[in-house]
Parts: sequence; C-alpha cells; structure tokens
Amino acid sequence: MFNYTFRWNQALKSLPQMLEGALVTMEIAILSMVIGIAIAIVLTLFRLSPLRPLRAVAAVWVEIARNTPALFQIYMVHFGLGSFGIHLTPYLSLLIGIAYNNAGYLTENFRGALTAIPETQTRAARSLGMTSLQAFRHVVMPQMLRIAFLPMTNQMVWAILMTSLGAVVAMNSDLYGVANDLNARTFRTFEIFAIAAVIFYLITKTITISARLLAARLFRY
Amino acid sequence: MIEIENVRKSFGSLEVLKGVSLTVPKGEVLTVIGGSGSGKSTLLTCINGLEPIDSGRILVDGVEVHAKGTDLNRLRRKIGIVFQQWNAFPHLTVLENVMLAQRKVLGRSRAEAEAEAVRQLKHVGLGDKLSVYPSRLSGGQQQRMAIARALAMSPDYMLFDEVTSALDPQLVGEVLDTLRMLAAEGMTMICVTHEMKFAREVSDRVAFFHQGVIAEIAPPEELFGAPRTPELQKFLAATV
Ligand SMILES: Nc1ncnc2c1ncn2[C@@H]1O[C@H](COP(=O)(O)OP(=O)(O)OP(=O)(O)O)[C@@H](O)[C@H]1O
Ligand SMILES: [Mg+2]
Repeated sequence: MFNYTFRWNQALKSLPQMLEGALVTMEIAILSMVIGIAIAIVLTLFRLSPLRPLRAVAAVWVEIARNTPALFQIYMVHFGLGSFGIHLTPYLSLLIGIAYNNAGYLTENFRGALTAIPETQTRAARSLGMTSLQAFRHVVMPQMLRIAFLPMTNQMVWAILMTSLGAVVAMNSDLYGVANDLNARTFRTFEIFAIAAVIFYLITKTITISARLLAARLFRY
Repeated sequence: MIEIENVRKSFGSLEVLKGVSLTVPKGEVLTVIGGSGSGKSTLLTCINGLEPIDSGRILVDGVEVHAKGTDLNRLRRKIGIVFQQWNAFPHLTVLENVMLAQRKVLGRSRAEAEAEAVRQLKHVGLGDKLSVYPSRLSGGQQQRMAIARALAMSPDYMLFDEVTSALDPQLVGEVLDTLRMLAAEGMTMICVTHEMKFAREVSDRVAFFHQGVIAEIAPPEELFGAPRTPELQKFLAATV
C-alpha cells in the first residue's frame, strides 16, 4: 500500500499564487511569439536575399533552433552569455531563449508557406511599380502569415510549455517555477503539479480554440 | 512612345528574342499574334523591365528601360500590364486590390485611391463587386479587375498578355469589350492575343511573331488580307 494522503485543500490554497505564475507564463509566451514572429519575418527576408551572408545567418539560426534542445538554447542565453560577462535575469534569459527557438521554427514554417504563393503574385505587384520590399510586405507576407497561421498556433502552445524549461536558469515566477517552489515548501507534489498541469492544459486549449475562432474572423477570403 | 531596337534575349541556351525592333507611337493599338513559345510574353515582360535583355535597347518615352540608372519602379507606373494568368491579390477585396499600389506607389490618400478605384471598377463593369474577395469572382471578372487595377495607376501604356486565353469561351467577350473600350478611348496598347477577330477589329497594326522575330507587321486589312510570308499564311490557316 502507498501511504500518500491527498490533501487538496492545502494545495488549492496556493491556487492564487499559481494563477499569478500562469500570467507570467502567458506573458513570456506572448512576448516570445511577438518577438519570434518579427525575427522570423526578418530571417525570411534574409533567406530570400541575394546576399550570401544574410542567407547564411538565417540558415545557421534555423539549424541551431530546430536541431538542438530548447533547454540548451535557454541555458546558453543565460550561462553562455554570462561567461562573456552579459548577465541576464532568469526572466530575460527564458524569454530570449524561447523567442530564439520560436524564430527558428517559424522561419521554417514561413519557408513552407512561401512555396504555396505563386511567383506571379510578386510579378503582379512589381509590375504595379512596387519595390520588392513593398511587394513582400503588402502582397506576399499577409498570405504567408495566413498559410502559416496554424503552425504559428502550434508554436504558441509550444512556447507556453517551454516556459517550464525556465527551471534550468532558476526562473521561479512562472507557472512551473511557482509550482516547483510550492512543492519544495509543502511536499504536496502530486496535488500541486496536478493543478499546474490542469492550468497548463486550460491555457493551451484556450489558445487553440481562440486561434481557430480568430482565423475564421481574420481570413474571410 | 515605345521604341524597341534590335533586342535579343536568351534563357540559358534558348534564344527567345532574336533581334526584335518595333516602334509603338502614342495612341496606337498594336496586337501581337504568333505561335506558342515564339517569345510574345517575354517581349512584354522585357518592356516593363521584369526581364533583363542581352543586347539592344528598349526606350519608353526616351528612357532606356534596362540602363543602369533607370528607376524601374518609377517607369512601371507608366506601363500597365495584365497577364494571362489571373493574379488578383487573394487577401484583399476587389476595392483594396485596386487601391493598394495607388497608395503605396503613388502615395495617394485613402480617399483619393478609393475614389479612383471605384471609378475604374465601374468603368470595367465591376461597380457592384467592390467589397468582394477575388475568389468569388469569375475568371472574366478577375481579368477585368486586373485591368482596373492597372488603369488606376493612370498609365500611359497598357500591355495585355493573352488576357482571355485562360477564360471559358462565354467569358471572353466581356473582357474583349473592355479592351475595345480602352482602344476607343485612345489608350496606347500592345495586346498579345489569339483572338484574330478582335485583332482585326481594334488594331492599328498587327505584328506577327515567329521564332523570336517580327516576321510581318502591317495594318490588319493588309496583314490578314494579304499575308506575305508562308509562315503567316500557315499560321492564319491553322487558326481560322
Ligand atoms: N523564365 C523562363 N525561363 C526559361 N525559359 C523561359 C522562361 N520564360 C519563357 N521561357 C521560354 O521562352 C520561350 C518563349 O516564351 P514566351 O512565354 O515568351 O512565349 P509566348 O510567345 O508568349 O508563348 P505562348 O503563346 O505559349 O504564351 C518558350 O520556349 C519558353 O519556354
Ligand atoms: Mg505567352
């Protein structure tokens, strides 16, 4: 027989703290997505650029982001930069690490989306006198973002889950960090992590469902 | 005036334009006919600088298209082009399609661009489709929208590349009517087309493209009435 008695009451008392952690988790995920999308758009332009060095930057970024553990990426931001004398807070390290990972995956998603947009779109835009940047910005990019919308939602979910990797940089204000601290103090391991898991689940479900609703509204064409 | 002087152009080892010379004065309607793969589309995309050329020159109002210092984006404002494949911007409504370049390229205000877009769309008979997305338009309507989009830039020249060849037969008429209307209004036009009846009706001159050169060029009565080269005779016999 196992002699673990569930004490949900005690664990539930920490719910407000965990919800606060959840807010931090969402904040990091949202910021890391905004930054990740912005960088992925720039990397996509680098990829399309005639300049080799720019294409190389994009290629290296994507390769590292997609082929090394996200945990290493966050670790490197914190301790790697730290060894060069750049000391970031756990919050910033986690945010930058996730944004780095997001940008890599999203760039790859954008590449796929671009193959679905015919070259004639750019030609039509250029024929109207638009510069190549205008053609990208106003004609290609909106279509690319639409096609990549679902993969972007997946990345957002992934970003939420990646916040738990903040543990490696001693991040303690996000949902996982709060749960971890509570566990250390109360030893209600199962209850606390079960509650945290439910919160994670509810957040990611909300994201997937609202993304679907948003897509229906945004993309009427 | 568009002046094309001995233009040559290859794709890899395939020489597509083999010394094309042609002058299109303001106000002229020139139609270009010729077999598939003879280089007609290539010539049009060279005129607005979408394709580079290997030798020769193309001048539009005295400006050399492929010269180093030429501002192509500026030059392209003068030259409207409508392609064979429909290329409406699918994420924008019909109205927005026609407004976009006006705003970004010409710097017109929203109100100005919208007024001009509405005017051009009414002109081509799409006044009731302003807020529709292109996916809801028929092929003929999409082509007319593309024409309105080009016209809204107030171009001095219009280039049409087989704008009816991807259309169902019953939709060809409405697009050709739009072209006829433009011709009647005095627009300078180069129309690549397979529609011989149309070419006969609207053209000031017809050019017959064959194997990368203009094999014959003449007013329609002459070109269709008394084709001189055996190639043209053969081509006309095959298309009737
Ligand atoms: N971007 C390109 N790269 C390589 N070859 C090309 C390219 N564009 C055209 N060609 C080739 O150049 C030749 C002329 O093409 P073009 O499209 O100008 O002919 P066309 O007279 O317009 O024919 P059609 O009546 O079929 O439209 C063809 O053999 C075509 O395969
Ligand atoms: Mg063609």
